[in-house]
Amino acid sequence: MEAVIETNELTKSYNGTKVVDRLNLCVKEGEIFGFLGPNGAGKTTTILMVLGLTEPTSGEVKVYGYDATRQPLKVKRIAGYLPENVGFYEDLTARENLTYITRLNGVKDKQAFAKIDEVLTEVGLLEVANLEVRKFSKGMKQRLGMGAVLVKEPKIAILDEPTTGIDPKGTDQILKLIVKMSREQKITVLLSSHLLYQVQRICDRVGIITKGRMIAQGSVDEIGNKIMEKEQTLLEIQVSKLTPTLLGSIKEIEGVKDVESSGNRFLVKCSQDLREKISRAIVESGALPLQIKTQNYTLEEIYIRYFREG
Amino acid sequence: MSGVRVVFWKELADYFGSRRSLILFIIICITGSSITYISAQTMGQNFAKIPVDFIFLKLFTSSAGALPSFIFFISFFGPLIGIILGFDAINSEHARGTMSLVLSQPIFRDSLINGKFLAGLSTVAIMLISIILVISGLGLSMLGIVPNLAEISRMGVFFIASVIYIGFWLSLGILFSILFRRTASSALASITVWIFFTFFIYMVAGVIADQLVPITHTTTLETITKNEHLKNMIMRISPATLFEEIAGAVLNPSVRFFGVVSSTQIKGLIPNPLPLGQSLMVIWPQFVGLIALMLICFAISYTVFMRQEIRAI
Ligand SMILES: Nc1ncnc2c1ncn2[C@@H]1O[C@H](COP(=O)(O)OP(=O)(O)OP(=O)(O)O)[C@@H](O)[C@H]1O
Ligand SMILES: [Mg+2]
Repeated sequence: MEAVIETNELTKSYNGTKVVDRLNLCVKEGEIFGFLGPNGAGKTTTILMVLGLTEPTSGEVKVYGYDATRQPLKVKRIAGYLPENVGFYEDLTARENLTYITRLNGVKDKQAFAKIDEVLTEVGLLEVANLEVRKFSKGMKQRLGMGAVLVKEPKIAILDEPTTGIDPKGTDQILKLIVKMSREQKITVLLSSHLLYQVQRICDRVGIITKGRMIAQGSVDEIGNKIMEKEQTLLEIQVSKLTPTLLGSIKEIEGVKDVESSGNRFLVKCSQDLREKISRAIVESGALPLQIKTQNYTLEEIYIRYFREG
Repeated sequence: MSGVRVVFWKELADYFGSRRSLILFIIICITGSSITYISAQTMGQNFAKIPVDFIFLKLFTSSAGALPSFIFFISFFGPLIGIILGFDAINSEHARGTMSLVLSQPIFRDSLINGKFLAGLSTVAIMLISIILVISGLGLSMLGIVPNLAEISRMGVFFIASVIYIGFWLSLGILFSILFRRTASSALASITVWIFFTFFIYMVAGVIADQLVPITHTTTLETITKNEHLKNMIMRISPATLFEEIAGAVLNPSVRFFGVVSSTQIKGLIPNPLPLGQSLMVIWPQFVGLIALMLICFAISYTVFMRQEIRAI
């Protein structure tokens, strides 16, 4: 599949601090791409550069072949954007707000009106179409934000934290909407979030960013495997008697990377589960294993660890 | 181009739909028309004493009793109109979270600020036209006089000058709405500038002039004139002074000079009203100055806005 959003060594610094650091992002046509990272990782900054709303310090962004920095209008024409904490003109109704957007897109009112009604139905706001946005709840505003994306009939939807601050039911509605627009209208979706579990299940591929660096990119399984390979199993072992010979023989077991000891406890870092071999070595040295605890990194722990470091 | 148009119409509708402008409009109409009403009444009583020429313009320039003239009214309250329309133009978009939504639509970034500025200027123009019409109507019915062509064209020039004058304050408000993230700060900053130019400029000009050209009881007339001249020049950095001079000359066809005038200058002059062209010759530097102030202020807003990060911090 063709890449529709591609960044090349994209960098943005504010006052000398790199907020986005040589980022290479690649979103393919038709997929739902989850852009995940903790608060302050640089997701919003990246998105703003993709839309040509902020100039990169260096590097480039291509959206459908258009350079986002030099031809921002071309990009904005095909990309719908849901900003984080989206707001609307409070004194205007939902319908008026959407009309303003279609007008800004140069659509004639006559054509727009049908589309606006269709979109309002889709996001479930048709009954409150003529209500002032001031009276909307956060969830309704967020759905109106989705409407503002859909009403442009975009090729790409860029959604910045579409589910934050919304209750589980509302989150579910929005996620369903995203899946629907991806399936039915073949819109490519780039979706940022710091809530992994909410979005993970609808994403075809994800990219993980911390401190402005993309640390992994691929399908959830791919990333999991890749990280698992790099990471190790950690065994915490307590023995009745710890001798230097025992430590030496454990170090010689294939797959053991590191051993740390204190008293009659020791920690073993290894690439796979070596409990059996280690127990045997302990018994052979004349001591007894009293306790063996594994600390196997699950995917969850990996994410949490990455996110905490960020 | 179409982006500007869309923003323009939206903002114009906002201005006219908002409670803020409605209140403003009512206040202006009431004050303006009561000023004229009283001055028309006094004029009606003294009809015989006033030279018959340009009596219609007198409606705008004469002050009756405790009430100020209409020119003064505009020069004093015009800035508030401009500031009220402009002070939250940009920062309210940030606060509301609509900035990124609007700028992510396929429009040039400057469409937003241009559209807002033009909409504000049009609102000012519409307000002024209506109040001028109200005043003219009052004059027509109370004094029973019809303005002649010369008076109408002078009123046209006065109208343009007022729009530019208020336009300056509008662009100042917009500038502060870009520089300050909070609407309270931008309102306060605008009001501060207004107070400075309206009240303190007299003092500042006086102090500076007295420093540079000191006056004692032995000073010659020449020095006093020089001092006065300097004071006037300094006061002309205030748009209010520029506007008052323009309005004075345009609505008062016999005005030929500003500031102190020595008797030798006046000697031999017949106090005949000037034709409009001549009046314009008298105040064109002020006119150019006022336009320049407005444009410079807008240009700064434009530049700052175009370079500003889209995200509010
Ligand atoms: N205009 C700015 N000037 C200076 N620093 C900024 C500016 N905008 C953002 N930053 C900094 O850039 C970093 C990245 O911010 P960004 O908003 O991209 O993070 P994010 O991944 O979207 O986080 P969140 O999940 O909280 O939305 C933050 O540390 C922030 O303080
Ligand atoms: Mg963000």
